[in-house]
Amino acid sequence: MSTDIERQWTSRIRHSVVDKLPPDKLLPDTQPAYVASWIYVFGVTTMAALAVVIATGCILALDGPQWWHSSTLGHYINSMHLWSVEIFFFAMVVHLWGKFSMAAWRGGRSMTWVTGAVTFLASILAGFTGYVSQTNFDSQWIATQAKDGINSTGGGAFFNVLNLGQMLMWHIVLLPIAAVVLTGLHVVMVRIRGVVPPFEDTKTEVAA
Amino acid sequence: MTKKAFRPDVDAPEYKGAYVPYDIIKEGAIAVLVVFILTAALALVFSSPDEKAVTIKTWSNADAVDFAQTAGDELAGTSAVANYGAPYNNNGTSQHWGFLSPEKWVGVRIKIDTTKDFVIDPLSAQPAQPALTAALNEWNSASSATQTTWDNAFNKAEPNLTFSNGQVRIPTKAAGPIPVLLNYETQMARSGALDQALVTQSGFYTTNYTKPLLFISDGTYFAGLADKQHLTGSQWGMMNETGQYPGQAWLWLYTFWYQVHPYSTSASGDFLVWGTMMILTALMILLPFIPGLRSIPRRLKIYRIIWREHYAAE
Repeated sequence: MSTDIERQWTSRIRHSVVDKLPPDKLLPDTQPAYVASWIYVFGVTTMAALAVVIATGCILALDGPQWWHSSTLGHYINSMHLWSVEIFFFAMVVHLWGKFSMAAWRGGRSMTWVTGAVTFLASILAGFTGYVSQTNFDSQWIATQAKDGINSTGGGAFFNVLNLGQMLMWHIVLLPIAAVVLTGLHVVMVRIRGVVPPFEDTKTEVAA
Repeated sequence: MTKKAFRPDVDAPEYKGAYVPYDIIKEGAIAVLVVFILTAALALVFSSPDEKAVTIKTWSNADAVDFAQTAGDELAGTSAVANYGAPYNNNGTSQHWGFLSPEKWVGVRIKIDTTKDFVIDPLSAQPAQPALTAALNEWNSASSATQTTWDNAFNKAEPNLTFSNGQVRIPTKAAGPIPVLLNYETQMARSGALDQALVTQSGFYTTNYTKPLLFISDGTYFAGLADKQHLTGSQWGMMNETGQYPGQAWLWLYTFWYQVHPYSTSASGDFLVWGTMMILTALMILLPFIPGLRSIPRRLKIYRIIWREHYAAE
Protein backbone atom coordinates (compact mmCIF):
# COMPACT_ATOMS: atom_id res chain seq x y z
CA MET A 1 0.00 0.00 0.00
CA SER A 2 2.71 2.43 1.04
CA THR A 3 4.69 1.47 -2.08
CA ASP A 4 1.68 2.33 -4.22
CA ILE A 5 1.40 5.69 -2.54
CA GLU A 6 5.11 6.35 -2.94
CA ARG A 7 4.79 5.64 -6.69
CA GLN A 8 2.01 8.19 -7.19
CA TRP A 9 2.90 11.15 -9.38
CA THR A 10 1.65 13.39 -6.61
CA SER A 11 3.94 11.79 -4.01
CA ARG A 12 6.94 11.87 -6.29
CA ILE A 13 6.45 15.52 -7.20
CA ARG A 14 5.90 16.48 -3.54
CA HIS A 15 9.07 14.71 -2.46
CA SER A 16 11.04 16.24 -5.27
CA VAL A 17 9.80 19.75 -4.51
CA VAL A 18 10.34 19.45 -0.77
CA ASP A 19 13.83 17.98 -1.29
CA LYS A 20 14.89 20.78 -3.60
CA LEU A 21 13.07 23.60 -1.91
CA PRO A 22 12.36 22.90 1.75
CA PRO A 23 10.29 25.53 3.59
CA ASP A 24 13.33 27.10 5.24
CA LYS A 25 14.86 27.74 1.82
CA LEU A 26 11.61 28.98 0.29
CA LEU A 27 10.96 31.39 3.14
CA PRO A 28 14.29 31.85 4.91
CA ASP A 29 14.66 33.76 8.18
CA THR A 30 18.42 34.28 7.86
CA GLN A 31 20.76 35.15 5.02
CA PRO A 32 24.54 35.18 4.53
CA ALA A 33 26.23 38.22 6.05
CA TYR A 34 27.74 39.21 2.68
CA VAL A 35 24.27 40.14 1.40
CA ALA A 36 24.78 43.67 2.65
CA SER A 37 24.54 46.16 -0.18
CA TRP A 38 21.86 48.44 -1.62
CA ILE A 39 22.24 46.61 -4.92
CA TYR A 40 20.26 43.69 -3.45
CA VAL A 41 17.22 45.94 -3.06
CA PHE A 42 16.64 46.13 -6.81
CA GLY A 43 15.56 42.52 -7.26
CA VAL A 44 12.66 42.82 -4.82
CA THR A 45 11.93 46.33 -6.12
CA THR A 46 11.49 44.87 -9.60
CA MET A 47 9.00 42.34 -8.28
CA ALA A 48 7.15 44.97 -6.26
CA ALA A 49 6.90 47.17 -9.36
CA LEU A 50 5.64 44.19 -11.36
CA ALA A 51 2.87 43.76 -8.78
CA VAL A 52 1.84 47.42 -9.15
CA VAL A 53 2.04 47.16 -12.97
CA ILE A 54 -0.31 44.16 -12.93
CA ALA A 55 -2.69 45.70 -10.39
CA THR A 56 -3.03 48.98 -12.32
CA GLY A 57 -3.31 47.05 -15.60
CA CYS A 58 -6.16 45.01 -14.13
CA ILE A 59 -8.01 48.20 -13.15
CA LEU A 60 -7.48 49.61 -16.67
CA ALA A 61 -8.89 46.36 -18.09
CA LEU A 62 -12.15 46.70 -16.15
CA ASP A 63 -13.87 48.98 -18.65
CA GLY A 64 -12.05 48.12 -21.89
CA PRO A 65 -9.05 49.58 -23.69
CA GLN A 66 -10.26 53.16 -24.21
CA TRP A 67 -12.18 54.42 -21.19
CA TRP A 68 -9.09 56.00 -19.64
CA HIS A 69 -8.99 58.66 -22.41
CA SER A 70 -12.19 60.29 -21.14
CA SER A 71 -12.03 59.62 -17.40
CA THR A 72 -9.95 61.54 -14.86
CA LEU A 73 -9.71 58.44 -12.70
CA GLY A 74 -8.83 56.33 -15.74
CA HIS A 75 -6.12 58.75 -16.77
CA TYR A 76 -4.64 58.67 -13.28
CA ILE A 77 -4.62 54.86 -13.24
CA ASN A 78 -2.97 54.95 -16.67
CA SER A 79 -0.35 57.32 -15.24
CA MET A 80 0.28 54.89 -12.38
CA HIS A 81 0.58 52.09 -14.93
CA LEU A 82 3.15 54.12 -16.88
CA TRP A 83 5.26 55.12 -13.87
CA SER A 84 5.22 51.65 -12.33
CA VAL A 85 6.51 50.35 -15.67
CA GLU A 86 9.30 52.96 -15.60
CA ILE A 87 10.23 51.94 -12.03
CA PHE A 88 10.03 48.27 -13.02
CA PHE A 89 12.50 48.66 -15.88
CA PHE A 90 14.82 50.97 -13.92
CA ALA A 91 15.00 48.47 -11.06
CA MET A 92 15.34 45.53 -13.42
CA VAL A 93 18.24 47.08 -15.35
CA VAL A 94 20.10 48.02 -12.15
CA HIS A 95 19.43 44.48 -10.85
CA LEU A 96 20.81 43.02 -14.08
CA TRP A 97 24.00 45.11 -13.99
CA GLY A 98 24.42 44.30 -10.30
CA LYS A 99 24.16 40.57 -10.96
CA PHE A 100 26.53 40.90 -13.89
CA SER A 101 29.09 42.64 -11.66
CA MET A 102 28.80 39.78 -9.16
CA ALA A 103 29.02 37.12 -11.91
CA ALA A 104 25.90 35.77 -10.25
CA TRP A 105 25.81 32.73 -12.53
CA ARG A 106 28.66 31.07 -10.58
CA GLY A 107 28.14 27.94 -8.52
CA GLY A 108 25.49 26.26 -10.67
CA ARG A 109 23.39 29.41 -11.05
CA SER A 110 23.66 29.76 -14.83
CA MET A 111 19.96 29.00 -15.39
CA THR A 112 19.07 31.66 -12.83
CA TRP A 113 20.90 34.15 -15.05
CA VAL A 114 19.26 32.75 -18.20
CA THR A 115 15.71 32.95 -16.80
CA GLY A 116 16.41 36.49 -15.60
CA ALA A 117 17.67 37.56 -19.02
CA VAL A 118 14.69 35.96 -20.78
CA THR A 119 12.34 37.68 -18.30
CA PHE A 120 13.97 40.97 -19.28
CA LEU A 121 13.21 40.23 -22.95
CA ALA A 122 9.62 39.20 -22.23
CA SER A 123 9.20 42.41 -20.24
CA ILE A 124 10.51 44.52 -23.12
CA LEU A 125 7.98 42.88 -25.41
CA ALA A 126 5.22 43.40 -22.82
CA GLY A 127 6.17 47.08 -22.53
CA PHE A 128 6.25 47.48 -26.30
CA THR A 129 2.84 45.89 -26.85
CA GLY A 130 1.50 48.19 -24.14
CA TYR A 131 2.84 51.24 -25.94
CA VAL A 132 1.19 50.21 -29.22
CA SER A 133 -2.11 49.42 -27.45
CA GLN A 134 -2.67 52.91 -26.01
CA THR A 135 -5.08 53.86 -28.84
CA ASN A 136 -3.57 57.33 -29.19
CA PHE A 137 -0.98 59.12 -31.34
CA ASP A 138 1.91 57.49 -29.50
CA SER A 139 0.63 54.02 -30.30
CA GLN A 140 0.00 54.93 -33.94
CA TRP A 141 3.51 56.31 -34.43
CA ILE A 142 5.36 53.60 -32.52
CA ALA A 143 3.45 50.86 -34.36
CA THR A 144 4.07 52.31 -37.82
CA GLN A 145 7.78 52.76 -37.04
CA ALA A 146 8.26 49.38 -35.39
CA LYS A 147 6.63 47.46 -38.21
CA ASP A 148 9.65 47.94 -40.47
CA GLY A 149 12.06 46.31 -38.04
CA ILE A 150 9.80 43.37 -37.28
CA ASN A 151 8.84 42.95 -40.95
CA SER A 152 12.52 42.79 -41.92
CA THR A 153 12.90 39.63 -39.81
CA GLY A 154 9.85 38.00 -41.38
CA GLY A 155 8.14 38.14 -37.99
CA GLY A 156 5.80 40.96 -38.98
CA ALA A 157 3.78 38.55 -41.09
CA PHE A 158 2.73 36.77 -37.89
CA PHE A 159 3.17 39.47 -35.23
CA ASN A 160 1.37 42.42 -36.82
CA VAL A 161 2.05 45.50 -34.70
CA LEU A 162 -0.65 47.43 -36.61
CA ASN A 163 -3.31 44.97 -35.44
CA LEU A 164 -4.60 46.44 -32.18
CA GLY A 165 -6.52 43.31 -31.23
CA GLN A 166 -3.47 41.09 -31.54
CA MET A 167 -1.19 43.51 -29.67
CA LEU A 168 -3.70 44.03 -26.86
CA MET A 169 -4.15 40.27 -26.38
CA TRP A 170 -0.40 39.77 -26.19
CA HIS A 171 -0.12 42.69 -23.78
CA ILE A 172 -2.82 41.70 -21.33
CA VAL A 173 -2.76 37.89 -21.56
CA LEU A 174 0.23 36.13 -23.11
CA LEU A 175 3.13 38.34 -22.07
CA PRO A 176 1.99 38.96 -18.47
CA ILE A 177 1.67 35.18 -18.05
CA ALA A 178 5.17 34.75 -19.51
CA ALA A 179 6.62 37.49 -17.30
CA VAL A 180 5.00 36.13 -14.12
CA VAL A 181 5.92 32.48 -14.82
CA LEU A 182 9.51 33.40 -15.72
CA THR A 183 9.81 35.61 -12.65
CA GLY A 184 8.46 32.78 -10.51
CA LEU A 185 10.99 30.34 -11.99
CA HIS A 186 13.78 32.87 -11.47
CA VAL A 187 12.89 33.43 -7.82
CA VAL A 188 12.54 29.69 -7.13
CA MET A 189 16.03 29.16 -8.59
CA VAL A 190 17.42 31.93 -6.40
CA ARG A 191 15.82 30.31 -3.36
CA ILE A 192 17.13 26.84 -4.25
CA ARG A 193 20.73 27.90 -4.87
CA GLY A 194 20.87 30.92 -2.58
CA VAL A 195 22.57 34.24 -3.29
CA VAL A 196 25.94 33.88 -5.02
CA PRO A 197 28.90 34.21 -2.60
CA PRO A 198 31.69 36.76 -3.14
CA PHE A 199 34.74 35.93 -5.27
CA GLU A 200 37.59 34.38 -3.34
CA ASP A 201 40.68 34.83 -5.48
CA THR A 202 42.75 32.35 -3.45
CA LYS A 203 40.48 29.38 -4.23
CA THR A 204 42.23 26.93 -6.57
CA GLU A 205 40.23 23.72 -6.65
CA VAL A 206 36.71 22.42 -6.14
CA ALA A 207 35.27 19.00 -5.29
CA ALA A 208 34.15 17.19 -8.45
CA MET B 1 37.00 12.07 -4.35
CA THR B 2 38.62 13.57 -7.42
CA LYS B 3 39.56 17.23 -7.49
CA LYS B 4 39.30 19.52 -10.48
CA ALA B 5 40.62 23.00 -10.97
CA PHE B 6 38.49 25.75 -9.48
CA ARG B 7 37.16 27.99 -12.27
CA PRO B 8 36.60 31.39 -10.66
CA ASP B 9 34.08 32.54 -13.30
CA VAL B 10 32.05 29.32 -13.16
CA ASP B 11 32.42 27.91 -9.65
CA ALA B 12 31.53 29.61 -6.41
CA PRO B 13 33.31 29.01 -3.12
CA GLU B 14 31.33 27.42 -0.33
CA TYR B 15 30.32 30.09 2.15
CA LYS B 16 31.18 29.19 5.73
CA GLY B 17 30.74 32.61 7.27
CA ALA B 18 28.08 34.18 9.44
CA TYR B 19 24.33 34.42 8.78
CA VAL B 20 22.18 37.35 9.83
CA PRO B 21 18.42 37.62 10.49
CA TYR B 22 16.35 38.19 7.34
CA ASP B 23 12.57 38.71 7.12
CA ILE B 24 11.80 38.02 3.46
CA ILE B 25 8.03 38.61 3.82
CA LYS B 26 8.56 41.95 5.57
CA GLU B 27 11.06 42.99 2.89
CA GLY B 28 8.57 42.17 0.13
CA ALA B 29 5.71 43.97 1.85
CA ILE B 30 7.79 47.11 2.42
CA ALA B 31 8.97 47.05 -1.21
CA VAL B 32 5.40 46.86 -2.53
CA LEU B 33 4.29 49.68 -0.24
CA VAL B 34 7.21 51.94 -1.17
CA VAL B 35 6.81 51.31 -4.92
CA PHE B 36 3.05 51.89 -4.67
CA ILE B 37 3.50 55.22 -2.88
CA LEU B 38 6.26 56.30 -5.30
CA THR B 39 4.13 55.34 -8.30
CA ALA B 40 1.07 57.15 -6.94
CA ALA B 41 3.17 60.27 -6.30
CA LEU B 42 4.84 60.24 -9.74
CA ALA B 43 1.45 59.76 -11.40
CA LEU B 44 0.01 62.65 -9.41
CA VAL B 45 2.89 65.03 -10.17
CA PHE B 46 3.78 64.08 -13.76
CA SER B 47 0.57 62.40 -15.05
CA SER B 48 0.99 60.68 -18.47
CA PRO B 49 0.81 61.78 -22.12
CA ASP B 50 -2.27 61.14 -24.24
CA GLU B 51 -2.13 62.87 -27.62
CA LYS B 52 -5.27 62.14 -29.62
CA ALA B 53 -4.96 59.61 -32.41
CA VAL B 54 -4.75 60.95 -35.95
CA THR B 55 -7.71 59.98 -38.13
CA ILE B 56 -8.00 60.22 -41.88
CA LYS B 57 -10.75 62.77 -41.20
CA THR B 58 -8.47 65.04 -39.11
CA TRP B 59 -5.60 64.59 -41.59
CA SER B 60 -7.67 65.44 -44.70
CA ASN B 61 -9.25 68.44 -43.00
CA ALA B 62 -5.91 69.73 -41.72
CA ASP B 63 -3.96 69.17 -44.95
CA ALA B 64 -6.24 68.26 -47.86
CA VAL B 65 -3.44 68.61 -50.41
CA ASP B 66 -1.19 66.12 -48.63
CA PHE B 67 -4.12 63.75 -48.28
CA ALA B 68 -5.13 64.01 -51.96
CA GLN B 69 -1.52 63.58 -53.10
CA THR B 70 -1.15 60.50 -50.89
CA ALA B 71 -4.45 59.06 -52.09
CA GLY B 72 -3.30 59.65 -55.67
CA ASP B 73 -0.06 57.79 -54.93
CA GLU B 74 -2.06 54.91 -53.44
CA LEU B 75 -4.24 54.81 -56.56
CA ALA B 76 -1.26 55.01 -58.89
CA GLY B 77 0.68 52.43 -56.91
CA THR B 78 3.62 54.76 -56.27
CA SER B 79 3.32 55.17 -52.48
CA ALA B 80 5.73 53.66 -49.96
CA VAL B 81 3.21 51.00 -48.91
CA ALA B 82 2.41 50.15 -52.54
CA ASN B 83 6.11 49.41 -53.06
CA TYR B 84 6.83 47.95 -49.60
CA GLY B 85 7.20 44.28 -50.44
CA ALA B 86 6.56 41.48 -47.95
CA PRO B 87 4.48 40.95 -45.94
CA TYR B 88 2.10 43.36 -47.76
CA ASN B 89 2.82 42.80 -51.46
CA ASN B 90 5.45 41.65 -53.95
CA ASN B 91 6.37 45.09 -55.27
CA GLY B 92 9.41 46.00 -53.18
CA THR B 93 12.96 44.86 -52.64
CA SER B 94 13.15 42.81 -49.47
CA GLN B 95 15.67 43.73 -46.80
CA HIS B 96 18.52 41.28 -46.70
CA TRP B 97 22.09 40.56 -45.60
CA GLY B 98 23.84 38.43 -48.14
CA PHE B 99 21.57 35.50 -48.91
CA LEU B 100 19.62 36.01 -45.66
CA SER B 101 16.23 37.55 -46.39
CA PRO B 102 13.57 36.13 -44.03
CA GLU B 103 11.13 38.86 -45.11
CA LYS B 104 11.22 37.43 -48.63
CA TRP B 105 11.14 33.82 -47.44
CA VAL B 106 7.95 34.41 -45.45
CA GLY B 107 6.31 36.23 -48.35
CA VAL B 108 2.99 38.06 -48.56
CA ARG B 109 0.71 37.20 -45.63
CA ILE B 110 -1.08 40.53 -44.99
CA LYS B 111 -2.06 41.38 -48.55
CA ILE B 112 -2.38 45.10 -49.29
CA ASP B 113 -3.28 46.34 -52.76
CA THR B 114 -3.29 50.11 -52.23
CA THR B 115 -5.19 50.88 -55.44
CA LYS B 116 -8.02 48.55 -54.57
CA ASP B 117 -7.97 48.61 -50.76
CA PHE B 118 -7.38 52.33 -50.19
CA VAL B 119 -9.25 53.93 -53.10
CA ILE B 120 -11.36 51.81 -55.44
CA ASP B 121 -13.10 49.59 -52.86
CA PRO B 122 -14.04 52.40 -50.43
CA LEU B 123 -15.36 54.54 -53.32
CA SER B 124 -17.29 51.58 -54.75
CA ALA B 125 -19.05 51.17 -51.40
CA GLN B 126 -20.40 54.74 -51.58
CA PRO B 127 -24.06 55.36 -52.51
CA ALA B 128 -24.42 55.60 -56.30
CA GLN B 129 -23.57 59.05 -57.69
CA PRO B 130 -23.49 59.44 -61.48
CA ALA B 131 -20.09 61.16 -61.74
CA LEU B 132 -18.44 58.77 -59.30
CA THR B 133 -20.01 55.70 -60.90
CA ALA B 134 -18.86 56.84 -64.33
CA ALA B 135 -15.31 57.48 -63.09
CA LEU B 136 -15.15 54.08 -61.38
CA ASN B 137 -16.47 52.36 -64.51
CA GLU B 138 -13.91 54.19 -66.62
CA TRP B 139 -11.08 53.13 -64.28
CA ASN B 140 -12.22 49.54 -63.91
CA SER B 141 -12.78 48.99 -67.63
CA ALA B 142 -9.46 50.54 -68.69
CA SER B 143 -6.48 48.41 -69.62
CA SER B 144 -3.49 48.47 -67.29
CA ALA B 145 -1.55 50.37 -69.98
CA THR B 146 -4.19 53.11 -70.03
CA GLN B 147 -4.25 53.23 -66.22
CA THR B 148 -0.46 53.62 -66.26
CA THR B 149 -0.75 56.52 -68.71
CA TRP B 150 -3.26 58.24 -66.38
CA ASP B 151 -1.01 57.48 -63.38
CA ASN B 152 2.00 59.02 -65.10
CA ALA B 153 0.04 62.16 -65.98
CA PHE B 154 -1.12 62.42 -62.37
CA ASN B 155 2.40 61.92 -61.02
CA LYS B 156 3.67 64.75 -63.25
CA ALA B 157 0.92 67.14 -62.12
CA GLU B 158 0.89 66.01 -58.48
CA PRO B 159 3.32 68.66 -57.11
CA ASN B 160 0.97 71.38 -58.38
CA LEU B 161 -2.19 69.83 -56.91
CA THR B 162 -4.30 72.39 -55.03
CA PHE B 163 -7.38 72.35 -52.86
CA SER B 164 -9.92 75.18 -52.73
CA ASN B 165 -13.67 75.52 -52.21
CA GLY B 166 -13.84 71.87 -51.21
CA GLN B 167 -12.42 70.73 -54.55
CA VAL B 168 -9.14 69.03 -55.41
CA ARG B 169 -7.67 70.59 -58.56
CA ILE B 170 -5.09 68.67 -60.57
CA PRO B 171 -3.61 70.72 -63.43
CA THR B 172 -3.77 68.07 -66.14
CA LYS B 173 -6.36 66.79 -68.57
CA ALA B 174 -4.48 63.55 -69.26
CA ALA B 175 -5.17 61.79 -65.95
CA GLY B 176 -8.46 60.21 -67.04
CA PRO B 177 -10.89 59.65 -64.15
CA ILE B 178 -8.22 60.21 -61.45
CA PRO B 179 -9.24 63.84 -60.61
CA VAL B 180 -12.87 62.77 -60.13
CA LEU B 181 -11.89 59.75 -58.03
CA LEU B 182 -9.60 61.84 -55.82
CA ASN B 183 -12.27 64.47 -55.31
CA TYR B 184 -14.74 61.88 -54.07
CA GLU B 185 -12.02 60.17 -52.01
CA THR B 186 -11.16 63.52 -50.39
CA GLN B 187 -14.82 64.29 -49.67
CA MET B 188 -15.20 60.85 -48.18
CA ALA B 189 -12.09 61.35 -46.06
CA ARG B 190 -13.14 64.79 -44.80
CA SER B 191 -16.52 63.44 -43.70
CA GLY B 192 -14.96 60.57 -41.72
CA ALA B 193 -16.47 57.91 -43.98
CA LEU B 194 -13.08 56.72 -45.25
CA ASP B 195 -11.92 55.92 -41.70
CA GLN B 196 -14.92 53.67 -41.25
CA ALA B 197 -14.60 52.12 -44.71
CA LEU B 198 -10.96 51.14 -44.15
CA VAL B 199 -11.55 49.75 -40.68
CA THR B 200 -14.66 47.75 -41.51
CA GLN B 201 -13.37 46.08 -44.66
CA SER B 202 -12.92 42.88 -42.67
CA GLY B 203 -16.45 42.84 -41.29
CA PHE B 204 -18.68 44.32 -38.59
CA TYR B 205 -16.44 43.50 -35.64
CA THR B 206 -12.83 44.48 -36.04
CA THR B 207 -9.79 45.40 -34.00
CA ASN B 208 -7.38 45.46 -36.91
CA TYR B 209 -6.19 48.92 -37.97
CA THR B 210 -3.51 47.80 -40.42
CA LYS B 211 -5.04 49.48 -43.48
CA PRO B 212 -5.84 52.95 -42.08
CA LEU B 213 -2.50 53.07 -40.25
CA LEU B 214 -0.57 52.20 -43.40
CA PHE B 215 -2.54 54.80 -45.37
CA ILE B 216 -1.93 57.50 -42.76
CA SER B 217 1.77 56.63 -42.52
CA ASP B 218 2.20 57.25 -46.26
CA GLY B 219 1.35 60.96 -45.90
CA THR B 220 3.75 63.68 -44.78
CA TYR B 221 1.22 65.11 -42.27
CA PHE B 222 1.66 62.19 -39.86
CA ALA B 223 5.47 62.31 -39.99
CA GLY B 224 5.34 66.09 -39.51
CA LEU B 225 3.42 65.67 -36.25
CA ALA B 226 5.93 63.05 -35.10
CA ASP B 227 8.83 65.34 -35.96
CA LYS B 228 7.35 68.08 -33.77
CA GLN B 229 7.14 65.53 -30.95
CA HIS B 230 10.80 64.46 -31.48
CA LEU B 231 9.71 60.95 -32.43
CA THR B 232 11.35 60.34 -35.80
CA GLY B 233 14.09 57.81 -36.37
CA SER B 234 16.89 60.39 -36.44
CA GLN B 235 15.58 61.74 -33.12
CA TRP B 236 16.04 58.37 -31.36
CA GLY B 237 12.59 57.46 -32.60
CA MET B 238 10.30 55.09 -30.83
CA MET B 239 12.14 54.97 -27.50
CA ASN B 240 10.73 58.49 -27.00
CA GLU B 241 7.21 59.43 -26.10
CA THR B 242 5.08 62.48 -26.82
CA GLY B 243 5.88 65.37 -24.50
CA GLN B 244 8.75 65.23 -22.02
CA TYR B 245 8.11 61.70 -20.77
CA PRO B 246 10.87 59.10 -20.45
CA GLY B 247 9.28 56.61 -22.89
CA GLN B 248 10.89 53.23 -23.56
CA ALA B 249 14.38 54.26 -22.43
CA TRP B 250 15.33 50.58 -22.20
CA LEU B 251 15.30 50.47 -26.02
CA TRP B 252 18.28 52.87 -26.16
CA LEU B 253 20.70 50.33 -27.62
CA TYR B 254 18.20 49.23 -30.30
CA THR B 255 17.54 52.86 -31.24
CA PHE B 256 21.25 53.74 -31.07
CA TRP B 257 22.11 51.60 -34.11
CA TYR B 258 19.71 53.62 -36.26
CA GLN B 259 21.86 56.72 -35.61
CA VAL B 260 25.15 55.29 -36.94
CA HIS B 261 26.57 54.11 -40.24
CA PRO B 262 26.05 51.62 -41.88
CA TYR B 263 22.69 51.03 -40.18
CA SER B 264 21.50 54.59 -40.80
CA THR B 265 22.28 54.54 -44.52
CA SER B 266 21.68 50.94 -45.60
CA ALA B 267 18.48 50.02 -47.48
CA SER B 268 18.44 46.95 -45.24
CA GLY B 269 19.10 49.00 -42.08
CA ASP B 270 16.19 47.49 -40.13
CA PHE B 271 17.36 43.96 -40.81
CA LEU B 272 20.95 44.83 -39.86
CA VAL B 273 19.81 46.43 -36.60
CA TRP B 274 17.63 43.42 -35.72
CA GLY B 275 20.42 41.02 -36.65
CA THR B 276 22.87 42.89 -34.45
CA MET B 277 20.43 43.01 -31.56
CA MET B 278 19.64 39.31 -31.88
CA ILE B 279 23.35 38.47 -31.66
CA LEU B 280 23.87 40.79 -28.67
CA THR B 281 20.76 39.38 -26.97
CA ALA B 282 21.98 35.81 -27.47
CA LEU B 283 25.35 36.81 -25.97
CA MET B 284 23.59 38.32 -22.95
CA ILE B 285 21.43 35.25 -22.34
CA LEU B 286 24.31 32.80 -22.81
CA LEU B 287 26.90 34.92 -20.96
CA PRO B 288 27.56 32.30 -18.24
CA PHE B 289 28.69 29.84 -20.92
CA ILE B 290 31.00 32.11 -22.93
CA PRO B 291 34.68 32.05 -21.86
CA GLY B 292 36.21 35.49 -21.85
CA LEU B 293 32.94 37.38 -21.58
CA ARG B 294 32.06 35.68 -18.31
CA SER B 295 35.43 36.81 -16.89
CA ILE B 296 34.68 40.50 -17.37
CA PRO B 297 33.03 41.05 -13.96
CA ARG B 298 35.97 39.46 -12.11
CA ARG B 299 38.41 41.67 -14.00
CA LEU B 300 36.33 44.85 -13.59
CA LYS B 301 36.33 44.30 -9.81
CA ILE B 302 33.12 46.28 -9.26
CA TYR B 303 32.17 43.37 -6.99
CA ARG B 304 34.70 44.66 -4.45
CA ILE B 305 32.48 47.72 -3.96
CA ILE B 306 29.34 45.59 -3.66
CA TRP B 307 30.92 43.23 -1.14
CA ARG B 308 33.22 45.80 0.49
CA GLU B 309 31.99 44.93 4.01
CA HIS B 310 32.69 41.26 3.40
CA TYR B 311 36.23 41.94 2.18
CA ALA B 312 36.87 44.47 4.98
CA ALA B 313 35.93 41.81 7.54
CA GLU B 314 38.33 39.22 6.07
